[in-house]
Amino acid sequence: MTNVPELAALYRKMQLIRRVEEEAARAYAQGKIGGFLHLYIGQEAIAVGADAALRPTDYALTTYRDHGLALARGMSARALMAELFGKATGACQGLGGSMHVFDAERRMLGGYGIVGGHLPLATGTAFASKYRGDGGVTICFFGEGSVPIGEFHEAMTLASLWKLPIVFVCENNGYAMGTPIDRVLPVHEVTSHAVSYGIPSDRFVVECVREVVTRIGAAVERARTESTPTLVECLTYRFRGHSMSDPGKYRTSEEVEAHKRRDPLVRARAELVAERGEAAAAAIDAEIEAEVADAVAFSDTSPEPTADVLEPTTYAGPFAR
Amino acid sequence: MAKLLDMPKLSPTMEEGQIAAWHKKVGDAVEVDDLLAEVETDKATMEFRAFDRGTLLAILAPAGSVVKLGQGVAIVGAPGEDVSAVAAPAVHAAAPAATPAAAPAATPAAAPVATAPSPLPAATPGRVRASPYVRLLARERGLDLSRVTGTGPSGRIVARDLAAAPAPVVAAPAAGGRRVPLSMMRKAIARRLTESKQTVPHFYLKIDVDAGPLAALRAQLVADLAAAAPKGEEPEKLSVNDLILRAVALALARVPECNARFDGDSVTYFDSVDLSVAVAVADGLVTPVVRGADQKGVLAIAREVRSLAALARAKKLSPEQMSGGTFSVSNLGMYGVDEFAAVINPPEGAILAVGRVRDEPVVRDGLVVAGKRLAMTLSCDHRVIDGAVGAAFLAELRAVVEHPTRILLS
Amino acid sequence: MQMTTMRLREALRAAMVEEMERDPEVFLLGEEVGHYQGAYKVTEGMLARFGARRVIDTPIAESGFAGLAIGAAMVGMRPIVEFMTWNFSAVAFDQIINNAAKLRQMSGGQLKVPIVFRAPNGSARQVGSQHSHAMEHFYAHVPGLKCIAPATPADAYGMLKTAIRDDDPVLLFESETLYSLSGDVPDDPSFTVPFGVARVAREGKDVSLISYSRAVHTCLEAAEQLAKAGVDAEVIDLRSLRPLDEAALVAAVSKTHRAVVVHEGWPYGGVGAELVDRVQRLAFDQLDAPVLRVCFLDVPMPYNAALERLVIPQVDRVIEAVKSVTYAR
Repeated sequence: MTNVPELAALYRKMQLIRRVEEEAARAYAQGKIGGFLHLYIGQEAIAVGADAALRPTDYALTTYRDHGLALARGMSARALMAELFGKATGACQGLGGSMHVFDAERRMLGGYGIVGGHLPLATGTAFASKYRGDGGVTICFFGEGSVPIGEFHEAMTLASLWKLPIVFVCENNGYAMGTPIDRVLPVHEVTSHAVSYGIPSDRFVVECVREVVTRIGAAVERARTESTPTLVECLTYRFRGHSMSDPGKYRTSEEVEAHKRRDPLVRARAELVAERGEAAAAAIDAEIEAEVADAVAFSDTSPEPTADVLEPTTYAGPFAR
Repeated sequence: MAKLLDMPKLSPTMEEGQIAAWHKKVGDAVEVDDLLAEVETDKATMEFRAFDRGTLLAILAPAGSVVKLGQGVAIVGAPGEDVSAVAAPAVHAAAPAATPAAAPAATPAAAPVATAPSPLPAATPGRVRASPYVRLLARERGLDLSRVTGTGPSGRIVARDLAAAPAPVVAAPAAGGRRVPLSMMRKAIARRLTESKQTVPHFYLKIDVDAGPLAALRAQLVADLAAAAPKGEEPEKLSVNDLILRAVALALARVPECNARFDGDSVTYFDSVDLSVAVAVADGLVTPVVRGADQKGVLAIAREVRSLAALARAKKLSPEQMSGGTFSVSNLGMYGVDEFAAVINPPEGAILAVGRVRDEPVVRDGLVVAGKRLAMTLSCDHRVIDGAVGAAFLAELRAVVEHPTRILLS
Repeated sequence: MQMTTMRLREALRAAMVEEMERDPEVFLLGEEVGHYQGAYKVTEGMLARFGARRVIDTPIAESGFAGLAIGAAMVGMRPIVEFMTWNFSAVAFDQIINNAAKLRQMSGGQLKVPIVFRAPNGSARQVGSQHSHAMEHFYAHVPGLKCIAPATPADAYGMLKTAIRDDDPVLLFESETLYSLSGDVPDDPSFTVPFGVARVAREGKDVSLISYSRAVHTCLEAAEQLAKAGVDAEVIDLRSLRPLDEAALVAAVSKTHRAVVVHEGWPYGGVGAELVDRVQRLAFDQLDAPVLRVCFLDVPMPYNAALERLVIPQVDRVIEAVKSVTYAR
């Protein structure tokens, strides 16, 4: 049975993600962040709950909606925000950007921009753990929009065939970009695929972060002790558009508002207040405000990367031209 | 109305110029006094600035082309204007110059080959087609590709065709040597000094003077300048040659018949002493002019010579600074030359060749003592200066050099 | 140096076996590499030697197993991926260009991907349009990848060992038609061949034939015939396409002043166009003729034997190109 951390710690990470994302949206509007920006607002409980079920040495990979997982794994708000700003002090020296956040030390092995492309990679890190017998587990997040692509099925096949220690977490937020699930998936229950690959599965609505810890925790435990993959489907909702350029015209404001009333972050805070009092929650909020403000100021004043970073990050040795 | 820009006269003696680089490209707006191109003349690399505003419509002579004075190099006009009317005759006229390889046989075989293609094909009807390697070999060997028949596609000259090429005018150097095409400056030196030596009746007068007082005076002046220099700064420099230039100016003021030139049907005697001073530079020599040397003190002359020499070495002398001298002084003393005779720098009437100050035993008051001697040779154009006149000048020069305090007076 | 004569497939196998014995983090995976003993018998005997833990038969899922191997490499393992042929890498193209080539850069230098992809490449014999691609032209385009294409057993051995030890993704382009080629291979297990260094396969002074992989042998044959006609052709075996030995190109053209590039694959873009660019840029003044390319004809590979022969670079087309650049007609 997975040990569930103090709610305060879980709430703290969720609130950090929420506030970083909100400030990232502001910075994007101010032109400080370029390219694509996919916010994790509304889905925080999944990354935070999953991370709580992992060891620091376990591997985690996700999609381009990767800020939440990076912060959940322990990346500083400074390193993340500076990366979004494209600064030399960013997690990836400003070379990765919003969609490609890596922190090798914390086993945050990236955000990936090609839908489905990282699922085989995750089977590879799980393979390495099994080959080396180091007891490591890999967790791999993706959206329900990845399910039709071949790499989903190839990765499921290999993970099941070679009994790899991996947990596949489908964050089903109901929309593959702007297209609702019933227009892209013939079978809406993603976990139904687990049957054909002969692996266990679990499916639940994400409302309580502590439930996420125990549900994903069970799958992590299975991977670690039995070297068996699990397909977990988290039914969730993102409150913002697919990316900053998405006006979200494909869903009604009533629908969005209804989901916001079931915001896992609000619930986590309410439970925290009930357990520890308003002052405890307010103290965390104040800390987060300071941390996020510091991250923005840090990113504002950080230097831009220079051209000399380009070639050494393309090849390990002499540049192969 | 589109306007043809001709190769301008950028030095008094210039007859042709080589476009060193274009600073505007076709389509660029041109304002009056904008830098259009740099032109290597016989003297220096000069700026070719615009006199008209408009748009550069065509470049008829790409970088590397050698173009005669007055021939078209570019067309300026309104954007989009048809240049054919202006370009056609101009292009035709410019063609031989823009393609030195097709120039008459009189052109030295080592003329640099224009390698940049013209943007106007019509401008180069005689363009030599040759492979890049052939052009490299031609540059190295000084070959005139216009005399080579190409056997490649469309008459392209390819490497094997050079086996049958006529030998260059000068036999190829023995193994281990190298051929260097003439720069514009070397071409000018070759042309003008050959002309001088072949057409000017030279004769030479030599004196050998007591340089002891001059050396002593210079030592004293150098010491004084060192003492006068502000703390931490280099003292001003003063050379033997600076003193001699001043002495020459004083002597010419006394014997103005030597400050003259031959003009074909007349002789011009100059009121001002404008001394051409030979300065060695990387690829040859130039002769910047110290004007009114008879009116200037020795320190002023020294400073001016130093400044002109620095400009000369940087190829920054203007045509005005290099022309209009009335008498030349060439000093090889610093190279250890005892004495020599110089070739007259036309159209001047004479040149003084100055050797080094030599330590020699001299007889003074019946005793052999340590002395200093200086030999100077005057080359005279006999059409202007007779022996007696030259001798009078040298006597005056000897008097000044041997009593050098006169250099400081007046 | 002590030499053993072996076939090119044996040289490749020797390199893999030695490196797997040297480094327990090296493993091999691909279709038919184990139980079947290799589609082209390159991996024959390796399953018995190393067991199923390190010699892994994969399902037909190139994107899956290529991505799995890249994932293992990004946490420090040294996988060797054998595609049955490079043609099939097309379905794993995303994994190679978006993950293998990019991980180091987009992680800001935190990750490395020490992986080798190897497979036969180019034309074989009458295998039709979908199995005859010269895929090196697609991959050499991509910064972050290294591409090598040896033509001899010794180079195959020495370069595969270098590739396995390299910290960047290396793509090894083999040729089905060369697997049985015999040659001397050094007995020294420490023998390696560095990348980015071309080999002069034949000295000559009149024209440089610049090539790699299978086409090197076409060039050598052409050079023999040209010698009879009094033309002394040099043959440069590039061995490594990225990095490319620019100095060797300049040296060759500075000597012969004429170059013909010979390779499989189509003329539009590609390695040959890259070579022509380097030569004209770095040795313009040395050229006595335009650099010509002898490649596949610009059509999909036909099945018919005679037509296939027409499309693939042959000795007669190389000789024609040499005649052109030496202005022999």
